[in-house]
Parts: sequence; C-alpha cells; structure tokens
Amino acid sequence: MYILYVLTGVAVIISFLANRKKTKKALIIGLKKLWKITPPFISVLISVAIVLYFVPDNMIIKYLGSASSSFGVITGTMIGSIAVMPGPIVYPLCKILLDKGVSYTVIAAFSSSLMMVGIFTFPIERTYFGTKFAVLRNIASLFTALIIALVFSLVSGKLL
Amino acid sequence: MIKPKNIPLSAILFAVFFIFAGISLLINFKPGIAITKNFGLFSIQMLKVLPAVFILIGLFDVWIKKETVIKHLGKGGGIKSFMWVFLLAAPMAGGLLPGFPVAYTLYKKGARLTVVLTFLGAVGIARAPMVFFESAFLGWRFSVIRIIASIPLVVLTGITLGKALEKNKYTLPQKD
Repeated sequence: MYILYVLTGVAVIISFLANRKKTKKALIIGLKKLWKITPPFISVLISVAIVLYFVPDNMIIKYLGSASSSFGVITGTMIGSIAVMPGPIVYPLCKILLDKGVSYTVIAAFSSSLMMVGIFTFPIERTYFGTKFAVLRNIASLFTALIIALVFSLVSGKLL
Repeated sequence: MIKPKNIPLSAILFAVFFIFAGISLLINFKPGIAITKNFGLFSIQMLKVLPAVFILIGLFDVWIKKETVIKHLGKGGGIKSFMWVFLLAAPMAGGLLPGFPVAYTLYKKGARLTVVLTFLGAVGIARAPMVFFESAFLGWRFSVIRIIASIPLVVLTGITLGKALEKNKYTLPQKD
C-alpha cells in the first residue's frame, strides 16, 4: 500500500518537473476515469456485500478452494472465461476472495482466464478475425490461463 | 461497459441500498447491519487504493501514446516486432474488446498473424492500468510472477498459432 503511494508520488513529481501542463492533464484524465467507474463500482460492492452475507465463507472455500485444488482452479477458470468484468472491478473482487481464504493459484486462474478468454466477446472477435482464428485463440488462451495457475501452485508458499 | 443510460439504474440501486442500510440501523435489523458493514469495509479498502491507481493511469495515458508505437511497429519482422507489440498493448485500456479493432488495424497495416495474435495475448495479460490495479490489490509479487509466467506463453502461442494459420493460407474476413 505505501509502496503504491510512494511510487505514485515520485511519478507525479517527475512528470511535473518534465511538463506541468501534461501532468495537470494526466491528473484530470485520472480523476475523470475514476468518476466514470464509480457508479458500476458501487453497484458491484453492494452486490458483493449482499452475496457474501448469504454465501458463507466455508462455501466459497468449498467451491474455489483454499489449497491449490484442481477443482477450484477449474471452477475459477470456468467463471473467468464466461464472466465479463472491467479490471478496476476484477482485482478488488479478487482481493475480497483472497481475504476469505481462496488461494493465489485459483485467483490467478480466474483473473487470467477473465482477461484472455471471452465467450461473450466471441461473436465480435469472429466478425473481425473469422471463426477459426477466434476458436483457436480462445482455446489457446484457456490453456495459457491453466498453465499460469500451475506456475502459481508451484511457487505459492515459496514466493507468495 | 459504462453507458450513460445505465447510470439512472445504479442511482436507484444506491438509493434503495442506502435507505435499506439506514432502516436496518434504526430498527437494529441484524442481516441489514451485517451487509452494510460488509459494504463499508470493502468501500474503505477500495478508497485507500483507487486514487493512486487512477493518478498512475492518467500519467500513463498522457506520456505513452498508442499512435507513436504503431508508427514504430511497421512491417519489419523478427523478434523486435514482438517487443513493440507489448509496448503497444501496455497503454490499452478496457480489455480485449477495444483490442480487437486495434489488432485488426495492425493486420491491415501489414502485421503478420503471429504478431496480431501476440498483441491480443499481450492486451490480455500486460495492460499497464490493469497491472496497476492487480499489484495494488494482490501485491506486486503476484503481478511479477504472473507476468513472467505469461509473456513466454503468449509469445509462444502467438507464433505457433499464427504460423499454423499462415501455413493454411488463412485470411481474415473482409470488413469495410
């Protein structure tokens, strides 16, 4: 958390010294984007707050797994492939799940497949690149997400 | 994803939620209080991180322009174009969906299918705004491990799939 603010502070100072006008523009762009994301963000927080009240922690653990269980990884990858969520919402959700005891491995499988595999965006991808391209790219991305999860299951406990 | 027309809906949702929270506190409705507490806890957690992340995103937006990188990408082959592809993907915002037209433009400008596929992979795994969020919430160790694991996979699948498609004389559907 502190590193984030130190990094941001240093970046702003360097940018300000290099170009005052650009820095001002950057801050305005950042604030505008923050403002734009706020309504969907609050909606998600409300939904998550309600859902997590009704879904007990041990049920989340049962389906997503606290250990690097392959069942949890597969469930996470499946949800990630189907769901469509913007980044600013994905990672806070991941953090909440992590705090509930879901493993880094499952979080990696979920977030990676979410970012790379798109079942809902498939029709659009197809019109641009054709069916064969879209099918192959999505399948390859699914395996990539699983391999990333595998890497996490190997390093977690040692590096995380 | 965020359209003006669905703002009123969220406004109604907020109003209902805050009235519900207020009444729960007044009449000491236990589930309502628990849900409100959940919401408050999550909100504080987000508020601590979001301002810094969005300042970084703004700075990135101003200093690194997509157009400049596209200019450098050119038709040239070799390993260099794969490096440029990651630089091009980094400032992209909003995920795969806005990535498709950019990837298509690259193809039209003469990029090979291997490069186009690697670009789409890079958009998925290495967008700067996304990595800011990820490291802020899940820790920089998580981001570093994930990126180190992803890059070779994305380049490898990009090259393998692209080569296979090119071998079969695959052409993209014609669009206006």
